[in-house]
Amino acid sequence: MNKKLATLALSALMAAGPAMADLVFPSLSYRTGPYAAGGIPFADGYADYFTLLNERDGGIGGVPAKVIECETGYNTEKGVECYESTKGEGALVYQPLSTGITYQLIPKTTADDIPMHTMGYGRTSAKNGKVFSHTFNYPANYWDGASGAINYLLDENGGDLSGKKIALVYHNSAYGKEPIRTLEELSKKHGYELVALPVDHPGQEQKSQWLQIRRDRPDYVLMWGWGVMNQVAIQEAANIRFPMENFIGIWWSGAEHDVMPAGAAADGYKALTFHNVGSDFPLYDDLKKYVVDAGKAAGAGDQVGTVLYNRGLYAAMLAAEAAKKAQEISGKADITGADMRAGMEALEMTEEKMAELGLPNFGPAFTVTCENHGGNGMVGVTQWDADTKTWSLISDFKPTDAEVIGALIEEDSAAYAAENNIEPRCN
Amino acid sequence: MPDQLIFAMEVFLNGLMAGVLYALVALGFVLIYKASGIFNYAQGVMALFAAMTLVGIMNGQVPFAHLINATFGTHVYTFGWTVPAFLAIILTMGVMVLLAWAVQRFVMRHLVGQEPIILFMATIGLAYFLEGVADLMWGSEIKTLDVGLPQGINTWLDEVTFEIFGYGFFIDNLDIFASIIAALLVAALVAFSQYTKQGRAMRAVADDHQAALSVGISLNFIWIMVWSVAGFVALVAGIVWGTKSGVQFSLSLIALKALPVLMLGGFTSIPGAIVGGLIIGVGEKLFEFAVGPLVGGATENWFAYVLALIFLVFRPQGLFGEKIIERV
Repeated sequence: MNKKLATLALSALMAAGPAMADLVFPSLSYRTGPYAAGGIPFADGYADYFTLLNERDGGIGGVPAKVIECETGYNTEKGVECYESTKGEGALVYQPLSTGITYQLIPKTTADDIPMHTMGYGRTSAKNGKVFSHTFNYPANYWDGASGAINYLLDENGGDLSGKKIALVYHNSAYGKEPIRTLEELSKKHGYELVALPVDHPGQEQKSQWLQIRRDRPDYVLMWGWGVMNQVAIQEAANIRFPMENFIGIWWSGAEHDVMPAGAAADGYKALTFHNVGSDFPLYDDLKKYVVDAGKAAGAGDQVGTVLYNRGLYAAMLAAEAAKKAQEISGKADITGADMRAGMEALEMTEEKMAELGLPNFGPAFTVTCENHGGNGMVGVTQWDADTKTWSLISDFKPTDAEVIGALIEEDSAAYAAENNIEPRCN
Repeated sequence: MPDQLIFAMEVFLNGLMAGVLYALVALGFVLIYKASGIFNYAQGVMALFAAMTLVGIMNGQVPFAHLINATFGTHVYTFGWTVPAFLAIILTMGVMVLLAWAVQRFVMRHLVGQEPIILFMATIGLAYFLEGVADLMWGSEIKTLDVGLPQGINTWLDEVTFEIFGYGFFIDNLDIFASIIAALLVAALVAFSQYTKQGRAMRAVADDHQAALSVGISLNFIWIMVWSVAGFVALVAGIVWGTKSGVQFSLSLIALKALPVLMLGGFTSIPGAIVGGLIIGVGEKLFEFAVGPLVGGATENWFAYVLALIFLVFRPQGLFGEKIIERV
């Protein structure tokens, strides 16, 4: 009897074939600490999209997706610990959600053959795939942001910014200093005057900077802020009665929690973006049906449709599409990190594909190649309506100045390659 | 009058206002240090905790909602009511008194007679514990705080200065109100310590614990009272700073602004905290105005400490601190 049972069990196992492992997408989230207000919605959006794929489609290519969340608290050391503790789980792609963590992980992910996606943050010159084989920063980077802001202002001013004064209020850190070089180069090209005003971390006290803005009367203010710096800057701008429609923040300064504390005074404030806002997309109906109403939403389930929730969802969607591409290229459903990297490098997002996914006009169309890991660098502008408490996309996703940015990327990535003895690839 | 001089006057006035805000935070440190010799590292987190509790009560938020929902499978986040600001402030003060009692009962009472560094370490632990409790209790999202304090440019001052100088000065209404509140707070604290029985007892404990005990003063009661008053000061600081930036976890970092004020004004003097705050506020703003543009800006954070260090070199006990004399 025992022999019969054992034979039966063995036959069943053989018939079933090798078991498929889950497709693992680590989420280096920060749900605690000073920056949790930004970390929670992103992590929720990222997790909810994969939950939707599992519940509605049975995963990606028939293999369930598994999100492993690890709390970094937006701390670089913890972020590296999270990477080390999750990479052995079959991790396909990392979203470090911090420029500091990104810099630490660039050599590690390359050595471990696991790709990293730093969407709208991280090392800008990682766009150069010839040098940064495992780091991707599509669809846009900080320099695209700087150029996108200037292009928007050019549109506003009939294509001429000569004689205009533009102030940059920035977080006095590597992140905040990112756009300066690009803005300086663009000022030579377009003839505007740039005034850079650093704000020390954390940015609770900005009186000096805004008094200077009040005295100097710049035509426009750009902001590269983060955390409490954003809320204080918007309040200070309102206090000195700076016209909000002339105040434009980078995409990390353009979430609901950045403008809400200033109340009605924040009305008209603008922010750059590389994805759409709100929840008026067909995919959100599925999200409601399969995830939110089913009680399977991440966190409290109260972030759906917020700016940073959409960003997390967008990141997950791009990861899922790259995984599909990887499955297609490798001819197997159960892909590895190396397969995923190849999938990311061959990713092509078209408007048709976005519409098929239920996200029409949610993000720009772009193509990734071996040489170009940053996509086409398309940037849009959103504006806050304090009455309805909503952001609206007020421009199309428009191209940025590839000539200026391309030269800067070549220069920076060449320096990195020289420092690290990297032989450029993609020949 | 040259434009630069007019601008410098505006910066000077704004420096005074910023100094008052720094002093508001520093006052909490002074109170506890004066009465118990403890440098309370948790003072910034107490301001955060107080402000979060105030907003939570005003919005009718269920405390520990996430924990309750995760444990019992419920979806309860609010009570469905809102509480007027004045009542919410009183209720928050009640919570701060409870916190003071808990700190005394579960931490400080067990550390009586320990080295100051041990007590300091205990307050570091308390700070992180309290931050975690605040997160669990009220959530980590940024909250808007509106207790009716006005914000924005003071138009009267703008117009008057424009009449005189041809350039209207910017002074934030919130800063003016914060200054009035700080003045009232200092007057109340001085009156309390000088003219009430409890205040005199507090001073007696500060001077000599053993002597105070020998005349029947309860150390436990005094310390609970001191931590409660520090909690009240933290609440006031939390309201003012929270109104400026929204109530969020970075609020605890305002303590960093108080440290140079304490170094300069002395750890034991209430007027010292105010004067120290004003000197730091004016000093850092004028330095940023005059020298900042030459060195790339963002000088305020470090210059405040340089200024405090200069004062320390010449007067280690701070401007108003008590001179430390140890006799062999």
